[in-house]
Order: sequence, then C-alpha cells, then structure tokens
Amino acid sequence: MKNFSINHRKVETYDVLELTGELDAHTASQLETKLKRLIDQNQHHIIVNCEELDYIASAGLGVFMAYIEDVRTLGGDIKLTNMNPKVYNVFDLLGFPTLYDIVQQEEDAIKKFEQDESN
Amino acid sequence: MAKSTATYKITVPASTEHLAEVRSFVADHATNSGFKENEVADIRLAVDEAYTNIIKHAYNNDKQKSVDIELGYDNTEFWVALLDTGDAFDPQRYDKPDIRQKIKEKKRGGVGVYLIRKLMDAVEYQTDDAVNTIRMTKKK
Repeated sequence: MKNFSINHRKVETYDVLELTGELDAHTASQLETKLKRLIDQNQHHIIVNCEELDYIASAGLGVFMAYIEDVRTLGGDIKLTNMNPKVYNVFDLLGFPTLYDIVQQEEDAIKKFEQDESN
Repeated sequence: MAKSTATYKITVPASTEHLAEVRSFVADHATNSGFKENEVADIRLAVDEAYTNIIKHAYNNDKQKSVDIELGYDNTEFWVALLDTGDAFDPQRYDKPDIRQKIKEKKRGGVGVYLIRKLMDAVEYQTDDAVNTIRMTKKK
C-alpha cells in the first residue's frame, strides 16, 4: 500500500521536497532517506512543500527534529510551506512554529533564505 | 440519558504497515458517531500515536504480536482502547516536551504521550493479567 510519496525538484539553488499523502511511523523512513541523501550531497537549503500532505503523526515530526540541527550547522535550513490547517495544528501543538520557519508559500521560504544569507 | 450503542473491535498485527488501516477504522466510527472533522482528526492522531508506541515500545517491533483495538460511543462520549501483551507502559509524566532541547540533542520521539493527552479528554493506562490497556475518551 502506498499512501505517501515525495517529489524532488530544484528551484534555483533550492531543493524542494513535495510531500503527498500521510506521513506516519511507516512512511517517515522515506522522508528520512531523502533528507539524509540531500545532506550527504551537501544540499542543505531545503524547502518542504506540504500542500498535498494530508496527515502527519509525531514520527513524521521526528524526522524534522532529527536533522534540523545538522542542516543548520552546515549553514542551511529546512523551511516548511503550504501546510493545511490540520497538519499545521500538529506542529503547533508541540511548539514548532517558534523553532522552524513555517511559511505560506515557497516564495516566502526563498525570501527567508535570502534574508538568512544577508544576516 | 446516555444510550449505549454497539462496540466495535479489530485485531491487527503490531506493525506500522497497518497504521493507515487502524486510522481509517477509528476515523470512520468517530465520523459516524457525529464528531466534526477536526475532532475526528484528533481521535485519529491519538490512536495512531498509541498504536505506534505499542509497536515500538511494548513489542519492540515484533510483527508476530498483535494489538486489539476496541471502540464504542454513545451520545455523550467516544472511547477507544488499545490492548497489548507486551512491556507495560504507564507514563507518570506527560509534561510538554522541550522540542528545542530535543533538536539540540538530535533526539526524536517521546512526544506521542503528550499529544495523546492534548487531543483526548481522558487517558487511562491499566495492566491486568499481563494485558496492557490504554483507554482514551473524547467527550461530545
């Protein structure tokens, strides 16, 4: 059964991961593999577009928790965009919005990255 | 007066492969019981977290084991119970996890119990004759 997928595309120098479906303890390993590969390839300006993400459980949040420090240490970030209210609510319950950039659109994430660079 | 309705039960292997099936089972009944979409989402996530905890912690990812999931509702509340025969788990502490600290230590996990408490109105853990039960209730 396949209820989760990731589409990877480049926007300028940024790596965009589009998540589709349900991210839980079963599917989280797919995201983990993808993120690890990007970090190994020195790609650490990552945008995760959640527009088609219908559901997230804490195992999904755990992947972001496990890798954000590595990515930031390398001078990059993982920015999250286009979340539906139900998915945002789960991030919000745990206080993620003060620790992660969660923005409306991909362009907003790119602007944030540009601001980060100029700081 | 609260009127009892039928209860429902499924038994599933202790494997994350069955998470989607368990979520659908619970969400369908929560919807039928009259909850709004966001309340159904709360129940679905709470059950996902409880089932995932059993798979990982009670059974240590042993797919040969199984989990019973029972639920029922009346016009005042919806309850759902997960039963396992693995290692007992009764979290005494369920403070809000410090995500900032976890990130620093590259730790994940340990947030499911807190989420369950936030999403449901009552959560009880019980162990009788080597059967562990987590019973969660959401009021209407």
